[in-house]
Amino acid sequence: MKKLSRHTFRSNTLPSMAMVGPVTLWLAFFVAIPLVYVFIMSFCSIDESYNIVFKFTASNYERLFNPNYMQIYGTSILVAFLTTILCILIGYPFSFMIARTKWKHKALLYMMVIIPFWTNSLIRIYGWRTFLGTGGWLNHLLMTLNLTSEPIEFLFNKGATVLGMVYCLFPFMVLPLYTAIEKLDQNLLEASSDLGAKGHTTFRKVILPLTMSGVFSGSIMVFIPCLGYFFVSDILGGGNSDMIGNLIERQFQSGNNWPLGAALSIILILITLLLVKLYQKAGGDMDSLGV
Amino acid sequence: MISVSTEAEKKVIVEIKGVNKIYGSNHVVKDLDLTVYEGEFLTLLGSSGCGKTTTLRMVAGFEEPTSGSIRVEGEDIQNKEPFERDVNTVFQSYALFPHMTVYDNVAYGLKMKKVKKAEIKERVIHMLDLVQLGGFEKRYPSQLSGGQKQRVAIARALINRPKVLLLDEPLGALDLKLRKQMQLELKRLQRKLNITFIYVTHDQEEALTMSDRICIMNDGVLQQVGTPYEIYETPKTKFVATFIGETNLFEGSVIKKSGRKLHIAVEPGDFAVEDENENFNQGDMIAVSVRPERMLYSDTPVDGFNLIGTVKEQVYVGSVLKTIVILSNGNEIKIERLAGQELPTGGQVYLYWGNGDAKLIHTFDNVFAQAVENIVMQ
Ligand SMILES: Nc1ncnc2c1ncn2[C@@H]1O[C@H](COP(=O)(O)OP(=O)(O)OP(=O)(O)O)[C@@H](O)[C@H]1O
Ligand SMILES: [Mg+2]
Repeated sequence: MKKLSRHTFRSNTLPSMAMVGPVTLWLAFFVAIPLVYVFIMSFCSIDESYNIVFKFTASNYERLFNPNYMQIYGTSILVAFLTTILCILIGYPFSFMIARTKWKHKALLYMMVIIPFWTNSLIRIYGWRTFLGTGGWLNHLLMTLNLTSEPIEFLFNKGATVLGMVYCLFPFMVLPLYTAIEKLDQNLLEASSDLGAKGHTTFRKVILPLTMSGVFSGSIMVFIPCLGYFFVSDILGGGNSDMIGNLIERQFQSGNNWPLGAALSIILILITLLLVKLYQKAGGDMDSLGV
Repeated sequence: MISVSTEAEKKVIVEIKGVNKIYGSNHVVKDLDLTVYEGEFLTLLGSSGCGKTTTLRMVAGFEEPTSGSIRVEGEDIQNKEPFERDVNTVFQSYALFPHMTVYDNVAYGLKMKKVKKAEIKERVIHMLDLVQLGGFEKRYPSQLSGGQKQRVAIARALINRPKVLLLDEPLGALDLKLRKQMQLELKRLQRKLNITFIYVTHDQEEALTMSDRICIMNDGVLQQVGTPYEIYETPKTKFVATFIGETNLFEGSVIKKSGRKLHIAVEPGDFAVEDENENFNQGDMIAVSVRPERMLYSDTPVDGFNLIGTVKEQVYVGSVLKTIVILSNGNEIKIERLAGQELPTGGQVYLYWGNGDAKLIHTFDNVFAQAVENIVMQ
């Protein structure tokens, strides 16, 4: 059906041109030009006082293979991967519940996922830090209950970063999953049961394959931002779980090496494109990535 | 009913007893008693919303009766999940698995039963041949036409050799020509495989041509069960008389009974009819149903009939001459005959019919219900 609608869109060439014109301008100004700028900058050099000079060099890209950086890439992939897996594991049953419940206040459950979106994620991440810190509520509670004599350090490790990431990105997993599960035809589940399949078999053979598109788009929408959410690893990971995002941020801020930051950004964009390509290859629907 | 002995010989396969289904304040199926015999083609017929689908879903196990019991081969299936019931369903929307090929769709039930691969293959190929879809194994449902999807749905259910196959308006989405063709195919399959069919439709013609027996429902209440001939020729309720085919209904009461002869007064006149089964007494409320093709007219009075009307219009529809006559109370009477003398519009005619062409229906229940309703209203 998606293919069909694209086809009809294309066949109405005139009106679509009129619509696409302004969009193209918009994209040129706010996407293409900055991208080209970053691309060019990634091949620039800096002088002793950290000014950008337009002298071609590939050294920024050579520096990307620095073993320290390699380790950070590894951490990034690991954290993003764990975050995605956790989001799927929690998000799937959660989305299933809100999508299939017969409860009439279903919209309320959905809103509960959306509302946190409306407050600043930075503030919410600081909230976690206050909650989990050595002087935080959780430790306070544990000590009051005499479960521990010393405060436990929950923060400043990969676990805390993953927790923060899952917390921030969870809605991105739930939304596509919810849509996919909601679309599921009840009759198909009944047909499966009618033909002798028990609940878990129906899940494996019918529900999961038919909602896989939601899992894919959810994963893309969690994995990719996860690589870039530097403030989460900054605040909760405390430098112990630096990710590509932190690396880039540092080049533009304290490091003051914009060309290197640009090269890192280009790599991040390439990784993103690669993942989206893989997603498409796996039969993913580009429309369900649109937010 | 007529032949009690032959009915006793037939093996009961599904027995629905005193089944009610209530959704909130909506009483959808009311005290349903229905017996289905092995190998028969039974149709549930009724207008939209009368509870046909709900009845099927209770047999399939997707819905639980509020009260009453359903037995399959004598065994109460109340506590059996749909996947444990030896019953399969053909859904109105087909409900084919979109991510599976035709082959995998049809093989689904056998895989669930852990049938050996080689046997599955053999049976699927055979089944697809049977529904004339040989060579379509590798297609996906989205690559099939409506009629082909429908046949896959039937194959997917039939391959499990269920004791009972439930079909919920399986031909509803097809165009007229394809529907006629599929009706014949379904009937052929049913005979060949000798599987009991419980078939839902609201198309009376479909019901009349395909069924061994028809069960007519109205507003959750079973009206009558019988062969198509019985249903058409001896409707037991006013609803059945008017629902199946066209008919003219005269409602009134028995004013005199002499032997088998009943004298009946209706609003626009009176007449005498033969009560072969002696079911009626003086004072009974009665509805008399006369099919348009049995209704006769004359330009001179007819002995035993006092029904005078004026001709409203007369048209040839194909080879049939259709006449509409208006009675003194404004009721329209439809008459169909194969040719004959044409009448002038506005002319006066005397209506009558042959012995045995009028079907007599008790309307006591309706009057009683009306009375109860009146009391409740007050
Ligand atoms: N899950 C449900 N909850 C509440 N009411 C329901 C439910 N399912 C059906 N009904 C009601 O029960 C009545 C009978 O529905 P059912 O689907 O059995 O009708 P039907 O005879 O199959 O009609 P149709 O010919 O239109 O398919 C309808 O009034 C319907 O609104
Ligand atoms: Mg229905």
